[in-house]
Amino acid sequence: MTIKTVYKRPKLLKERLFHYCPGCGHSVIHKLLCEVIDEMNLKERIVCIPPPGCSVFAYNYLDIDMAESAHGRGAAVATGIKRVSPETIVFTYQGDGDLSAIGTAETIHAANREEKITAIFVNNAVYGMTGGQMAPTTMIGQKTTTSPYGREVNKEGYPLKMSEILSVVEGTVYIERTAVNSPKNIKKTKKAISKAFQVQIDNLGFSMVEILSPCPTNWKMSPIESWHWVDKEMVKEFPLGVIKDRIKVKKC
Amino acid sequence: MNKYLISGNSVIAEAAIRAGCQCYFGYPITPQNELTEYMALHLSRKEGCTFIQAESEISAINMVYGASIAGARAMTSSSSPGISLKQEGISYLAACELPAVIVNMMRGGPGLGSISASQSDYFQATRGGGHGDYRTIVLSPASGQELADLTQRAFDLADNYRTPVIILGDGMLGQMMEPVEFHKEAPENLSTKSWALKGAKDRPSKIIKTFTSNPNELEEINWRLFRKYRLIEREEVDYETYMVEDAELIVIAYGIAARIAKGAIKKARAHNLKVGMLRPITLWPFPFKKIQEISKRVQYFFVFEMNMGQMIEDVQLALEGNGEISFYGRPGGVIPTPSEVFRILSRQYYQKGLNR
Ligand SMILES: Cc1ncc(C[n+]2csc(CCOP(=O)(O)OP(=O)(O)O)c2C)c(N)n1
Ligand code: SF4
Repeated sequence: MTIKTVYKRPKLLKERLFHYCPGCGHSVIHKLLCEVIDEMNLKERIVCIPPPGCSVFAYNYLDIDMAESAHGRGAAVATGIKRVSPETIVFTYQGDGDLSAIGTAETIHAANREEKITAIFVNNAVYGMTGGQMAPTTMIGQKTTTSPYGREVNKEGYPLKMSEILSVVEGTVYIERTAVNSPKNIKKTKKAISKAFQVQIDNLGFSMVEILSPCPTNWKMSPIESWHWVDKEMVKEFPLGVIKDRIKVKKC
Repeated sequence: MNKYLISGNSVIAEAAIRAGCQCYFGYPITPQNELTEYMALHLSRKEGCTFIQAESEISAINMVYGASIAGARAMTSSSSPGISLKQEGISYLAACELPAVIVNMMRGGPGLGSISASQSDYFQATRGGGHGDYRTIVLSPASGQELADLTQRAFDLADNYRTPVIILGDGMLGQMMEPVEFHKEAPENLSTKSWALKGAKDRPSKIIKTFTSNPNELEEINWRLFRKYRLIEREEVDYETYMVEDAELIVIAYGIAARIAKGAIKKARAHNLKVGMLRPITLWPFPFKKIQEISKRVQYFFVFEMNMGQMIEDVQLALEGNGEISFYGRPGGVIPTPSEVFRILSRQYYQKGLNR
C-alpha cells in the first residue's frame, strides 16, 4: 500500500500552538503565508512587518525575519527597509484598524510612491486585539463595543473601502480582495498572495491582498456562523475579486 | 583642509553625508528646511542612498526605523512640533536598540509657537521624550564647527551603543554661517550590522520586537537598557569650560545660549568681574560630576537658557543644595543679546558681593 501525503504542516510554520481564537482567520492566513513563502523560495530574502493587533505575535509562528511596527506605521517601516535593501522582499501584515484607520496616510503615500512592497491586509471589521471596538471597516448596523447600538452612518460614517481607494492611486499595481471562510476562498487567497509577492519580485510596484477574515469572538458568533456572515454580509460591502491589475501594463 | 561657508543646517547635512549617512527622511518645517533641501540635492542621487520627503514626521521616523532595521545609517530632522510627532518612533528605536540620528532645530513653543530660535525642548530631549523608560544621547552644538563635529560623532555613538542620538540645535544655529572644516571623511565600508534583517539566509530567522505579554521579560529588557545607559553616563559626558579657573561666578549654558553667554563673559572680564562658564556639550549624559567638582570651590552659579528654566533642574540635582543658583531665561523665541546677559550677570555679581 502506498501512502500519499495530502496535507502537511508548512515547513515555515513553527511548531507552536496558535494563540488565536478557534475559527479566527489569522491562523489560516499565517499558514498560507508560510506555504507561499516556502513554495516561492523566499525565506532567505523576505522580511515581514507585523503590527500591533491580534497578529502581534506572528513572529511566534512564521519562521522568517520579522520586525514589529508601531500601530499603523507598517508601510513607512517597510519603505525604509526596502529602500536600503531593494533585493529583500518586504511585506506588512496589518489589521483593518492598523491599515485603514491610524495607518491610512502611510499606506496611501507608500502606494503612491510606488514602493515595491506588499501589504497583507486582514479585514475583520473590528479591532480584535483591543476587545472588539468599531473599525473603519465595521458594517453599517454592526454592533461593537464602541457602537453598541449598531454603526450609524450619520454619526460613524460608512465602511471604508481601502482596496478601492488604493486602486485609484497610480503607484498600485495589483490589488485583490479575497476571504478565508471556505476552502475555495482559501485557495484563491493563496493564489492572490503569490501574485502580490510576484509583483514585488518583478519590481513592478505596490501590491496588496485584502483578506476578509472571520473574528468569531468579537462578532459573538460560532466559527461556522462567522464564516457564513462573511458570505452573507461582508461581501456586500466588500466584494471579492481582483480590484486592480496593472501587471501587464507595467511589464511592457 | 578646505573651509566651507554654508548655513548651519547645511553643515549638519554635509557632515552626515560624510559620516556615511545613507538614508534621510524628513518633512518640511522651519527653521530647518535647508537641511532637508541639502539632502534632496546631495544625498538623493548618491549611489546606494535614499532621500524621501515623507508624508509626515511620523512616517519619516518610521522610515528611519525601517532603514535602521536593514542596517543603514539613517537620519531625520525636524523642529519642535515635528519632534513631538516623532516621539513614538524614537521610543521604538530605543526599545529595539536600533541606531538613528534625530536632529531638532528648536523653535519657540508651546503649540505651533514661533519659528524663532529657542531651547524649549530640553526636558523632552533629555528625559527620553516619548513613552517608556528610556534615554537618548543628546548633543548640544554651539557653533558651525561643532555642528559638523557632533553630527559625525552622533552617527558613531548611535552605532556603538545601538541607540537613538538627538542633536539638539536651534533655529539660529541652523541659519548661521561660519567657516567650517569637515574633519572626517565617510568611512569606506561601514561594518555590516549584526542585527540587520534581510531574510533568513545562512542563519535562523530573527525577530526585532518589543512587545511581550511577559512583564518579567520586559523588565529584563529595561535592565539591559539601563545597564547601557549607565555605561554611556560613565563614558560619554562632554563639556567645555571657559575661564573657570579663577571664577567667582559660573555661568551654565548650552548651545546658542552659551555662545551669547560667552559674549557676556568677555564683557564681564573687561570689567574685571571673575566670571567663567561651564557649557555642557552632552545634555544627556549631563556633566553632574564636573559641576560638583566646580562647586567645591565656587559658590555662585548663573543658569542661562532660552526657555523658562529646564536645564536648571539638572544643575540643582548636581549641586544637591551646595551653592546658590540664579536663573535668567528668555522663552518664546526671543534672542537675548550678550549686553543684556552681561547686565543681568553683573547685577548678580555685585548683589552677591563678589566684587569685594
Ligand atoms: C498608538 C497606538 N494606539 C493604540 C494602540 C492599541 N491597539 C493595539 S492593536 C489595535 C487595533 C487592532 O485592530 P486591527 O488593526 O483591526 O487588528 P486585529 O486585532 O483586529 O487583527 C489598537 C487600537 C496601539 N498599540 N498603539
Ligand atoms: S479576537 Fe478575533 S481576530 Fe483576534 S484572535 Fe480572536 S478571532 Fe482572531
